[in-house]
Amino acid sequence: MSNIHLEYTVEGNNFSSAGMASDEVKNNLKKLGIPPEDIRRVAISMYEGEINMVIHAGGGHAYVDIFVDHIEIWLIDEGKGIENIELAMKPGWSTAPDDVRSLGFGAGMGLPNMVKYTDDFHIESEVGKGTKVKLTINFH
Amino acid sequence: MNSINFHPVILDPEKCKGCVTCMKRCPTEAIRVRNGKASIFYDRCIGCGECVRLCPHHAKLASYDLFECINDFKYKIAIPAPSLYGQFNNLTNVDTVLNGLIAIGFDDVFEVGRSAELVSEASKIMLDKGKIQKPVISTACPAVLELISVKYKNLVPNLLNLLAPVDIAAKLARERAESAGISKDDIGVFFISPCPAKVFALKNGLGVSKPLVDGVLAISDIYLRLLPAMKNLTELKPLSKMGAEGLNWATSSGEATGTGTGKYLAADGIENVINVLNNLESSTKLRDVDFIELNACTSGCVGGVLNIENPFVAKARLRELSKKLPNKLNNLADVGKGLDFYLWEKTPDYREVYCVDENRTTAIQKLIEVENILKDLPLVDCGLCGAPSCRAFAEDIVSGVIPADTKCLRLVNDDASLLLDKDAK
Repeated sequence: MSNIHLEYTVEGNNFSSAGMASDEVKNNLKKLGIPPEDIRRVAISMYEGEINMVIHAGGGHAYVDIFVDHIEIWLIDEGKGIENIELAMKPGWSTAPDDVRSLGFGAGMGLPNMVKYTDDFHIESEVGKGTKVKLTINFH
Repeated sequence: MNSINFHPVILDPEKCKGCVTCMKRCPTEAIRVRNGKASIFYDRCIGCGECVRLCPHHAKLASYDLFECINDFKYKIAIPAPSLYGQFNNLTNVDTVLNGLIAIGFDDVFEVGRSAELVSEASKIMLDKGKIQKPVISTACPAVLELISVKYKNLVPNLLNLLAPVDIAAKLARERAESAGISKDDIGVFFISPCPAKVFALKNGLGVSKPLVDGVLAISDIYLRLLPAMKNLTELKPLSKMGAEGLNWATSSGEATGTGTGKYLAADGIENVINVLNNLESSTKLRDVDFIELNACTSGCVGGVLNIENPFVAKARLRELSKKLPNKLNNLADVGKGLDFYLWEKTPDYREVYCVDENRTTAIQKLIEVENILKDLPLVDCGLCGAPSCRAFAEDIVSGVIPADTKCLRLVNDDASLLLDKDAK
């Protein structure tokens, strides 16, 4: 089955460009006529993943495949990894430093939002090696 | 479907040099250059006036009605936008402007600033009880409303479904004339507008079932007529009934302040507006904001291209003028209308203008083709091909807007390609 493949580099600690990859993906989905509510779920979950790479991982890559009935987004970084994934999944739990929080980020809703707005969420992480997140959203 | 038949911006082909300035800066990619002239995709145009503002050759013209059209009516009512008062140096009394309008031929005036105070109060009610998805987005700027209508369908549930102050002013002014015994057919209501977006909205009846005004005049067109009339006034009738709250609608955050909520965000300038809308769509961080005021023009309505004065100068003048006014002079209770009077009669249509194909499988094929074409393009967005970006060029080929064998000039022209980093390819 043919699909659209898109790749983006997300810069670490660059808050002004954060969200550009999810904006691009969003624009592609609008051109495909995907229902707005699905676009919103993609936009929110991918944006959270992007911001996570900006804050915690010193940047990373986004690999996006758009199919007729769903989208798969891989967010891959070589950052410090997550020590306790179970804890990181808890709403409100955050390891973001204060300067990042003062920008309005790091409220501890990143991973919970990714779970909430996707149909399938997969995460693997190794301390010192990095984190891989896969987001799947089905289209209506 | 859209019923839009009036265009906010037109081209003067004599003056257009095909320089690509407007095309590069159009926020909705609604402009292409064809045969050396700019051409507009009107289904994408939101009437923001950026192209009018930026064209170095003054080839982009905002549409509006000429002053003489008021003579088609026996009883002429002017409804001036509050930004009008920012156009005059040392203005200390709004009545000078209003009496000036009477002197140049109007029979009555009704300030849009008055109805703005009513809309502010109605907004308060809607924020509390309107069951609109938060944050509520203001709809007073028609260019923003149009932008959301073509690009941000997700945010339609957040729109404040109230008529704009100009609509309310038109309705109240007409009623006042009718109750004074003037025949319906004799009444002409004319908005004095700071921007082409308002012209567009009023001509097409955005949010209403039929247009509420009989004409839309440009501030820039009446200015030179009005100025001498204001200087030669022999008496000053007390006509104004507008407080600072109404006047402040002319500048960014004036509307938001009027809603009384402390949790608001106000952004102005089309690029900033787009940033906020993108953020709203993708992020959850603006969920604790109650009200979002967006103005397509820098500084708000004083930045509209049909004004004559620099927006910052106008803003400074209005700040001084507002100090002389009482806070608020118009209340819903005094007008005695139900909330329905202030609500949209119909929801503006969402226009699907960016979707490349109705069939999703075909649409995906087309976007794959776009990505393939992009691989061979220099990605410098120079505009030489007549499209605003390499991506837009690729999309135009795929959607058949331009022939499939159209060449990228940066790649085929040896001289131009000197500009390119060949190692990068």
